[in-house]
Amino acid sequence: MRTYEVAFITAPNTADDDLSKLNSQIEQIAADRGGKITKVDNWGRRKLAYRIGKFDEGVYTFVYLEGSGHEIAEIERRLRVTDFVIRYLTVRTDEALKRAEKLKSKRKVSLTPRSPDDDFDLDLDLEEDEELMGRI
Amino acid sequence: MAEMETEERGAKTARMPRGGSRRRRISRLSAEKIDYIDYKDVKLLQSFIAENGKIMPRRLTGVTSQQQRKLVEAIKRARNIALLPFTKY
Repeated sequence: MRTYEVAFITAPNTADDDLSKLNSQIEQIAADRGGKITKVDNWGRRKLAYRIGKFDEGVYTFVYLEGSGHEIAEIERRLRVTDFVIRYLTVRTDEALKRAEKLKSKRKVSLTPRSPDDDFDLDLDLEEDEELMGRI
Repeated sequence: MAEMETEERGAKTARMPRGGSRRRRISRLSAEKIDYIDYKDVKLLQSFIAENGKIMPRRLTGVTSQQQRKLVEAIKRARNIALLPFTKY
């Protein structure tokens, strides 16, 4: 299973109805192709870092989904043909996240202190020594 | 003879970097243990781009080459979706 993030910017003058209709369309597309939307993030109206067409602002929506990848093609096609979507970006996240997780666990292992084990061994040796000493 | 050579090498490494810019050896990425660099984290990415919008070289930021590669990817994604500028002014 792959995970994706689809981000798109819609024009600030878009009707709320149109945006929610688009969102439900995306949900439908994902469901039809065996994908599942895990989260939808709406940043709302935000200033663009640069002008796109005639817009200085845009409404940001982020859709997080998991699936096989087939639904992405259709969602992107949908976004492309929708007039009020001024920019979109799809990012596949599963591999990078897995790699990040690996780095994290690796760091944890290397941070585990070794000294308690060493101390334990040392204690054992001492006790044995004392036993020997007693016997002699 | 051998002693002189080692002395010379030592002096070389101790020399201050040219240009007067001090190295910041520990970056926020290492300090805060960020493994996944998200293109949506505008605040973080902004600390790695120069005033004019350019990506800072890692000799100035002190990130590792692996981190720099991830950073570059994230910054380019952020630019694409208009979270960061390609250029300023």
